[in-house]
Amino acid sequence: MRLVSTYLAGLIFGVGIAISGMANPAKVLNFFDVAGTWDPSLAFVMGGAVVVAFIGYRFVLCRPAPIMDARFHLPDNPRIDARLLGGSALFGVGWGIAGFCPGGALPALGTGRIEVFAFVAALIAGIFAAKGLMALTHARTARLLRRES
Amino acid sequence: MPELIVIETIFTPWASLAGGVLIGLAAVLLMLTLGRIMGATGLLAGILTPSAHPDTGWRLALLAGMISGPLAVLAVTGQMPAVDVPVSVPMLLVGGLLVGIGATYGSGCTSGHGVCGMARLSPRSIAATAAFMLTTGLTVFVIRHVLGG
Repeated sequence: MRLVSTYLAGLIFGVGIAISGMANPAKVLNFFDVAGTWDPSLAFVMGGAVVVAFIGYRFVLCRPAPIMDARFHLPDNPRIDARLLGGSALFGVGWGIAGFCPGGALPALGTGRIEVFAFVAALIAGIFAAKGLMALTHARTARLLRRES
Repeated sequence: MPELIVIETIFTPWASLAGGVLIGLAAVLLMLTLGRIMGATGLLAGILTPSAHPDTGWRLALLAGMISGPLAVLAVTGQMPAVDVPVSVPMLLVGGLLVGIGATYGSGCTSGHGVCGMARLSPRSIAATAAFMLTTGLTVFVIRHVLGG
């Protein structure tokens, strides 16, 4: 039941991405190219998604818990720091170069296009590189803290 | 400098709005059932590091649903959703790598921060979304009108 409803949520997401144009780099890049071949369509994707999620979340988050889990898993880190902003800024540079974002590319795998697989392979490498780098800096910080105390 | 490729796209407000609504509905459904944020980067990272995220079943189901999205569109309309890629494979790899590193450091991407976080009015997600929308726009401008122009 849990897997079926989750598959269904993924399917609705994937269909939404597919018909919205988010899986199409030409459309994504044209959205940002206000000075050139501008295509404002993606404003409607984000607008529609945020408004529906905003309203839906109001109702859902009133519940004490979700239907099939003991609790809501919500991020609780309130900090807006250099890591969040720097990471997001770097993400934007990559998105502007490739025209794919992860939410567009994962459903786009279903089209079987080789370009999507190339992007997702690099995306996976990037995730591992960042996690490795984080573990390395984390270990160094821990060592420095130990030395100080 | 390789030649700049630009593919013009037509404005599709209704399809994009409908797609956005479906993306929002999928996010609400996932929150209602499992209490989880619909974030593509977090989903992929969770699948790639199963030791840190032992609850892999729902993630695989969600990913399978997403990948089925374009196939469902093909089954209903008889046409595979358009994936027009005006980007060379080496640049897709560079972009994918940056997207992976940036989204990992920034704790999210377009779906997690841009849709789910914005819908929760999370200050962190609003800051992250503003940061990447800005750098994506700047990157597209530089590639198309500074380097390519």
